[in-house]
Amino acid sequence: MQELIIKNLQVSIEDTQIIKGLNLTLRQGEVHAIMGPNGTGKSTLAYTIMGHPKYDVTGGDILLNGKSVLEMAPDERSRAGLFLAFQYPVSIPGVTVANFIRTAINSQRRHAAPPQEDISVLDFRKMLKSKMDLLEMDYTFGGRYLNEGFSGGEKKRTEVLQLAALEPAFAILDETDSGLDIDAIRIVSEGVNALKGPNMGALVITHYQRILNYIKPDFVHIMFDGRIVESGGEELALKLEDEGYDWVREKYVQPQSV
Amino acid sequence: MSTAPKITVRKRSVTRQFELSEFKFTKQDIPQTSDERILKYRQDAWESYENLPFPTLKDEAWRRTDIRNLRTESFTLWQDKGDPVRSPDRFMDPITVGEERSGQLISGAVEDAHWITPELENAGVIFCDFQTAEKEYPDLLDRLIGQIVSPNEDKFTALAAALAHDGVLLYVPKNVTINDPIHSLYWGYGEDQAFFNHILVWVEEGAKVTFVHESASLVQNEQRQLLHDGIVELYVGKNARLNFVELQSWGKNVWSFTRERARVMADANLEWIFGAMGTHLTKNFSDIDLVEPGASARMSGFYFTSGDQHLDHDTQQNHLAPNTTSDLLYKGALMDESRSVWQGMIYVAPGAIGTDGYQANRNLILSKGSQADSIPGLEILADDVRCTHGATVGKIDEDEIFYLLSRGIPRKEAEQLIVMGFFAPIMARIPFEGVQNRFANAVKEKMADR
Repeated sequence: MQELIIKNLQVSIEDTQIIKGLNLTLRQGEVHAIMGPNGTGKSTLAYTIMGHPKYDVTGGDILLNGKSVLEMAPDERSRAGLFLAFQYPVSIPGVTVANFIRTAINSQRRHAAPPQEDISVLDFRKMLKSKMDLLEMDYTFGGRYLNEGFSGGEKKRTEVLQLAALEPAFAILDETDSGLDIDAIRIVSEGVNALKGPNMGALVITHYQRILNYIKPDFVHIMFDGRIVESGGEELALKLEDEGYDWVREKYVQPQSV
Repeated sequence: MSTAPKITVRKRSVTRQFELSEFKFTKQDIPQTSDERILKYRQDAWESYENLPFPTLKDEAWRRTDIRNLRTESFTLWQDKGDPVRSPDRFMDPITVGEERSGQLISGAVEDAHWITPELENAGVIFCDFQTAEKEYPDLLDRLIGQIVSPNEDKFTALAAALAHDGVLLYVPKNVTINDPIHSLYWGYGEDQAFFNHILVWVEEGAKVTFVHESASLVQNEQRQLLHDGIVELYVGKNARLNFVELQSWGKNVWSFTRERARVMADANLEWIFGAMGTHLTKNFSDIDLVEPGASARMSGFYFTSGDQHLDHDTQQNHLAPNTTSDLLYKGALMDESRSVWQGMIYVAPGAIGTDGYQANRNLILSKGSQADSIPGLEILADDVRCTHGATVGKIDEDEIFYLLSRGIPRKEAEQLIVMGFFAPIMARIPFEGVQNRFANAVKEKMADR
C-alpha cells in the first residue's frame, strides 16, 4: 500500500506564508476531499505537491512512501506516481493531445526500473480510444492541439484523460468542477470513479460540495487560512453545503493583533 | 559597358575600421562556353561585379549583417572533381525513401548527374545542368537567363552570374503536369572553396510542378570558410502552379549569399517553402513579383539556429497588378548566441487594387544570448487593398514547461516538444514526410547538445 504523507507543511510565495503547518495522510484506494473558501491555500497545496518552482517550502515535508519528494523535479514526481489535474490547464500550440500523452507515457517507460520499451503505436491507439470512450470523448480529440480553443469542459475532460492514461498512484484534482455545467461534472466524475480503486488515491480539491455527489469521498477536510481545521466524513461536506463557510471563519479566524 | 572606377569602397575606407579586400577570382574564372550569348551574359556580369562595391553596414539592407570577417582573399573555385566526396544518403532523399520522383540532379563538389523520366522528356520537359543546356538548348537558356534576376543588383549577385559553373535549368512546357516531385541537390565540400550556382525554373502557362532543391555541405575544417553565392530565378506562367521547396543544411563554416526572385503571371500560383538550418552567415533576398491580375503566392519559411549562426532573410512581396494575393509566414527558433534577421516588405503598386497581402514573422528565443530582429514593412500606393502584418519575438512559457514536466516529461524533451509545436503550422505546409522528419531530427540534435 502506497501512501502520501504531508507533514507540518509550510509554504510561502514571495515571502508571504500561505500554508501554515498542514498535515494529511493519503493512502491508495482512498478519496479525500479538501474544501475551503477561496484564498485559503488549496491550489497552493496542489501546486506544491507537484513541485511548482514558484512555491517555497519553508518547513515540513511531503513523503511519498516514506521518501521526501521536496528535492525532486516535477517530472520526477510525476514518474514517481503523482498527478495533478490543473484548474487552469495551459494550451500547447502545435502539440496534439495524442502526441503529448504518448510522449508522457514513453517518458514514464524510459525511466522505469528497469527501463521499458516505448509503447507501440497500435497499443497506444487502442489504449487512448478506450480511455476516450470512458470520458465520452470524440476520437478526433487526439489530433487537436492540446487545450487550444478547448471549452472549459473539454479542458477538464482532457485532464482526466491524461489521468486515465498515466494511471498514477495519487491524483490531485484541483477544482476540476469549477466552470463546468452539471453534465460535464457528471462525465468527469464518472471518469474519476472508474479510475479510483485499490491502486489510486485521490485528493479532490473543491469549493463546492456538488462534485462530491458524484465522487464519494472517504474523508472530507476543511482548509482554512493555510491549515486543515476540520476533518470528518461526507456529513461535513453536506454541512458546508447547507451552512456555507461562515461558521468556519467565525470559529477559526485568528484574532487580530492590534 | 561602363568602366567606372572602384572608388566607392575606397572612399568609405576613410571612416571604416577596415574593409574587405577583393576576391582573388579573375575574368579567366568565367566558365567557358561555346555559346557566345551566354559568355556575354557572364562577361557583362563580371564587369558589374568589378564595378560594384561590397555592401556595408551603411546599406539599409545590410545594416544588421556584418560581413567584414569574410576571408575574401582565401577562396578558390571548386574545380577538382577528381576526388569527390559522396554526399550522405540522407541528403539524397529529402522527400522520403522509396517515394517516386520525376527527376534528380546532383551538382557541386560531386560528379554532376541528372535524369528525368522518359515520359517527361517526351513531353518536352528539360531538366539539366547549365553545361548540358549550353550545348543542347542554347537558345532556350539564352532566352531565359537573367530575365528575372538582373546580374547587377549587387556585387554578390553579379559574381554569381559571372562565375556560376553549377546551374540547374528546369523548363516545363505549356500545360504539362508533373505529378512526382523533381529533386536537385547542391553539395559543397572542401576548405576555402567557393561555390557559385544558378537555379532557373521556368514553368509555362498551365503547367504544374513540384521542385525540391537542397543545398548542403560537409564541414571539413571549421576554421576554414566556404563561400556559397547563388541566384534563383523562378517564372510561373499564366494559370501555372509551382511548388518550390528550398532547404539549406550548409555546414557551419559556410557564408551564403543568395538572390532569389519569382515572377508570377495571371491566375498563377506559387507555393514557396524555405527551410534554413545551416551556414555560419546567410544573407538571402527572396522577392515575389505578382505581375498580372489573379497571381497568388504563399511563402513559408522556417529557421533554427544555434552556436554563433547569423541568418538574415530579406523578403519582398510586390503586388504589381490588381487582385493579387500574397501570404508570408516565417518562423524561427534561436539557441545559444545565434541571431536572426527578418526584414519583410509588402509593396502595393499604384493601381494594384484588390490586393490581399499578409506577412508574419514569429520567433522563439531559447537562450539569453540569442537575438531575433523582426522588421515588417508596408508600402501601399493603391486604394482598396487589405494588407496586414505581424511580428513577434517570445520565449518559452515556463507555465507550459511546468505543465509538461508535471506529466513526467523531462525538461529537455518538454522544450523540444514546445519547439516542434511552434513549427507545426509550417511543417504542415511541407508535403514531404522526409523533410519533416529530418527537420525534427535536426531540432532534436541541436537541442540535445545544450
